[in-house]
Amino acid sequence: MEFSYEVKDSYAEVKADGRLNMVSAPKLREFVTDVIAGGSNRIVVNLENTAFMDSSGLGALIGCLKAARQAGGDLRIAAVQPQVNMVLKLTSMDKVLTAYTTAEEAFSND
Amino acid sequence: MTRFWTRLVVVLTVLTGLNYIAWRWMSSLNWDAWWIALPLVAAETYSLIDVMLFGMTVWNLKIRKGAPQPPHDATVDVFITTYNEDLDMVLTTALAAQRIRHPHSTWILDDGARPELKALCEQHGLGYVTRSGEWTKDLPRHAKAGNLNNALMVTHGEFLLILDADQIPEPDILEKTLGYFNNRRVALVQTPQYFSNVPASDPLGSQAPLFYGPIQQGKDGWNAAFFCGSNAILRREALMQLGLVGYVKETEKSIRRALAASRAAIRQARKSADVESPLVAGVLDEVEAATREAQQEVDAGQPLGEVTYRVRRRVDAAVQTLVQADVAALQADLEEIAAMELAHVGESGVPVVADDAVQRMSARDWSPLGALESVQAVLDALTVERSNEAQPVMPLATISVTEDMATAMRMHAMGWESVYHHEILAYGLAPEDIATMLTQRLRWAQGTIQVLLRENPLVQKGLKIGQRLMYFATMWTYLSGFAAVIYFAAPIIYLLLGILPVSSLSWDFFIRFIPFMVVNQLLFAVAGRGIPTWRGQQYSLALFPTWIKACTTAARNVWFGRPLGFAVTPKARQSGGPSWSLIRPQIVVSILLALAAVVGIVRLATGLAEPLGTLVNVVWVVFDLVVMSILVRAVLYKGYEPAAEPANREES
Repeated sequence: MEFSYEVKDSYAEVKADGRLNMVSAPKLREFVTDVIAGGSNRIVVNLENTAFMDSSGLGALIGCLKAARQAGGDLRIAAVQPQVNMVLKLTSMDKVLTAYTTAEEAFSND
Repeated sequence: MTRFWTRLVVVLTVLTGLNYIAWRWMSSLNWDAWWIALPLVAAETYSLIDVMLFGMTVWNLKIRKGAPQPPHDATVDVFITTYNEDLDMVLTTALAAQRIRHPHSTWILDDGARPELKALCEQHGLGYVTRSGEWTKDLPRHAKAGNLNNALMVTHGEFLLILDADQIPEPDILEKTLGYFNNRRVALVQTPQYFSNVPASDPLGSQAPLFYGPIQQGKDGWNAAFFCGSNAILRREALMQLGLVGYVKETEKSIRRALAASRAAIRQARKSADVESPLVAGVLDEVEAATREAQQEVDAGQPLGEVTYRVRRRVDAAVQTLVQADVAALQADLEEIAAMELAHVGESGVPVVADDAVQRMSARDWSPLGALESVQAVLDALTVERSNEAQPVMPLATISVTEDMATAMRMHAMGWESVYHHEILAYGLAPEDIATMLTQRLRWAQGTIQVLLRENPLVQKGLKIGQRLMYFATMWTYLSGFAAVIYFAAPIIYLLLGILPVSSLSWDFFIRFIPFMVVNQLLFAVAGRGIPTWRGQQYSLALFPTWIKACTTAARNVWFGRPLGFAVTPKARQSGGPSWSLIRPQIVVSILLALAAVVGIVRLATGLAEPLGTLVNVVWVVFDLVVMSILVRAVLYKGYEPAAEPANREES
């Protein structure tokens, strides 16, 4: 799995490419924590190229959400792929993490 | 009485042959030209072994007097296998099969899944079978063996008559053969394959009177007559036993392989820096403990199904613990978030991940263990479902494109008996052009070599020594291509360069060689009892490029997993003009032989060569050219014209 981030006008976009699973989940946590520590507390995780997510991956996303909130910001997700969407629905996490169509839209209303 | 004479000639052949070859090895080699002397003596030794195996075959020639009365209640399925053959032809065969007198069900096994054929079957009240849904695209189809294995799962007859799409059976084919199965050990009755579209001159060498005659009768005498894919009746029980034994063997092999691989996979997973969480380490510990225990259970001979089920259960439980831990951590995070700012979490409070969601997240395809790919792969292989095959039980052997021979050999190894019934009870169609004929011969040779390399009969447990040698004899004949090249090269080398592989062409040579050659030909005459064998002899030499290609492609396939380049033999004539390019190597060799003869005669005239050597080698060249001449007729052959024949069976 590959991570990258880009600081935009009102948020930082984190891209997670590959499979978000038991092995890569801790790395996502670490990566996002670093981005927050770098001064961005409004994070969009772009899941456009995340084909798969397991329970660890989901746990990492929620962990990152918590970190963003603790820093006084928020974490949102965008461009969710079918399997990830199924996992979110199945676990009711879609009620916690709203999936936006694109990264630009995620913070467009506030 | 015939048996006495046959055996006498066999003994004489072996004695004169050994006498000649021993002398060749010990006192005739021209060491100055070892590079041709050694190959030639090796080729001659090959041929002697070939003849000795033939002698052994006809030694026990079994002439059967017909089968006893069959039991009237024997149930039979007649299978007609097809892939892309002409529908009229398939239907003609099927309707003839329907008219077989003994009660039976007729099935068309359509590997082409053609709706038109299905409609024809419905119209004529024929059974119609295509591959079941299990044969998905990613699984091996195993050609005809797969087609038959698929049909075995949806039919019930005690006996199976297998017919190729072109083999029109006689109505009494079952009455004449089923009685052999009164012997409970008999698993197979093979009848000849005979072709109705072949002129008396048989330019493509289609009829195999020596094989469907003395050779199969001889093998029968050793209880080694084998299945040739069509015109044969098989006992379902024997096939199913073969399939089950094969299934158990394959399953145990793959489980042992998976257990052995699991240790390395777990060790590697532990070492990888990716896995730091103590929870994951815990799962790995659990997987390791489960596989270790499974290993002990397999060694103790416990049922594989239960062993693998227990591993699966333990691993599933461990994975579920892992998912639950993930979910619990997630839930705790959510509580913390909620404590910070309730509104953002939603009106109804913190969502709770339901138990069935945990279950789903633990299933194989979404399991966190999937991240450790090598561990997951090992666990996937720990099943008794044989998930790399469309059906777990494969009665017909799938190790070769000639599944028939491989299957028969496995039956014999399990103690079953076979019968060769020497009476034409079905009439088929032979290829009518050289291209199709070459494809067919290549396929047979490739399949035979595959069996030799995968399940060498000489070392198969359960086979008697006679059976081992009988199977080996057939395989040995397919190595003739290499010997042929040497037989062509030797006279060319002498006539062009004057190099003789033999130290001298003296009295010593002729007194040993000529008796052997004479007795050898006599053996074929006596054993063949007047059947034409010349066409077969011609083709066994003339098709040397095909035999060599078969050996090399089969070896590459078996040892390196390369494809065979296998094609289904087309039953219809290929169109187009004469295809000389198909026999290019033979044309080149023939031209070289003719040139060599001319050069040799010139050398003789100019005093550069000696008369006796030149004479022997020119005669040898002439023999080779006469052998090869059949290919000219084969290329020019325009297909069968039945007009000359008073009655045509095909239309009857």
